[in-house]
Amino acid sequence: MSKLHVTTSVNGDEREFLCGPGETLLDVLRDELDMTGTKEGCGSGDCGACTIMLDGEMVCSCLVMAAEAQGRVIGTIEGVAEGSELHPVQRTFLDHAALQCGFCTPGFIVAAKALLDRNPDPTETEVRYWLAGNLCRCTGYDKIIRAVMDAAAELRQERTPA
Amino acid sequence: MALSAFHTPETIEQAVALLAGDPSARPLSGGTDLIVQMQSGRSEAGAIVDIKRIAGLNGIRSDGDGFVIGAATPCTALKEDAALVAAWPGVVEAANLIGSVQVRNRATMAGNLCNASPAADSVPALVAAGATCLIAGPSGEREVPVEAIPVAPSKTSLQAGEMVTAIKLPKRSAGGSDAYLRSIPRTEMDIAVVGAGANITVDAEGVCTSARIAIGAAAPTVVLVEDAGKALEGSGFDDAAMEAMAQAVRNACKPIDDKRGTIEYRIAMAGVLAKRTVMIARERAGGTA
Repeated sequence: MSKLHVTTSVNGDEREFLCGPGETLLDVLRDELDMTGTKEGCGSGDCGACTIMLDGEMVCSCLVMAAEAQGRVIGTIEGVAEGSELHPVQRTFLDHAALQCGFCTPGFIVAAKALLDRNPDPTETEVRYWLAGNLCRCTGYDKIIRAVMDAAAELRQERTPA
Repeated sequence: MALSAFHTPETIEQAVALLAGDPSARPLSGGTDLIVQMQSGRSEAGAIVDIKRIAGLNGIRSDGDGFVIGAATPCTALKEDAALVAAWPGVVEAANLIGSVQVRNRATMAGNLCNASPAADSVPALVAAGATCLIAGPSGEREVPVEAIPVAPSKTSLQAGEMVTAIKLPKRSAGGSDAYLRSIPRTEMDIAVVGAGANITVDAEGVCTSARIAIGAAAPTVVLVEDAGKALEGSGFDDAAMEAMAQAVRNACKPIDDKRGTIEYRIAMAGVLAKRTVMIARERAGGTA
């Protein structure tokens, strides 16, 4: 079986890879491109640990075939910080200790940033519904929600970074 | 996944030729069912035909007679179309109860339909709406009612080489609206224990002039309950008409017992949800006193 040659944009850089027709984008990100920030939790679209941006929309990379990435624009957790400057969502996750084991955190950060990029003034209910596809078994979610609400306030310049 | 090929046709004709030439090939739109099934070994797909690069399959066209929703249009895109939301709020809300935001950014109504789950959320709403689907195949194009597609759990009436290319919603008639409700133990990320869609029209006096009621997860396929619609027609949604409608819904249920719900619960809940759904559609149609 011949491999497929795929050219795509990842975090603003053009990347090329070879993949089998049955490989997922999550497989390729982690195993071919060595971008292991994106995690595999369930592998069936239930947990959101593998959340990435695909052409500006958040999706589960375990439910995207690698070959689909041809010519698309991909954003991963590795592209959220600007160099060593953390995104406000990343900083408020640290401020609020909104993680314990940390496995779900990259997916939560990508999903929360996707929300705040389109709506910097969400209600708590909107945040909870938006993040319903991201599962965390450690925190009980409350610290995560508070971190996202705080990041939103910071992005609206209603709150000064701690 | 033991796939031999990943095809990216640019026309419907190419896609149909690929599907007809390889009985193991499966069309891929959002992949939120197909990829899960391939990963778990439940799908015997040998090749993928990605339909998302076919021009015209991703998007909503509105002509004077209604809406044509391309088979590769993700559920979240439906919410962005203000005219569609105004005309068919029940269809849009049903499609946007599926999974999470991540899933709805990929999942399509055509995929929801062709996966042929009795619990598919968008399907009762589409059936109530009187939606049809366009099917392309080796012998040309045909158009069938949405309810003709699923024939049993995971089985459709599509023939070899055929694929759904679009879902068509009729023009919204004056004084009409629709709604969809499902019963789940939580608020998101769950599969319907029972679902009910209603599409009604009321006249200036508040009398029901037409009604279509469909139920999900209560039989091997989504069911259009014609008697339930008839029970409402000509009524002012009085208690007797509503109870007759609910009884027709309960009579149409042939559910299973499983971890999500018992036969008794599903039958009782189908009647309850049908009543609530009709009331929401009636309010949207402007028929509530």
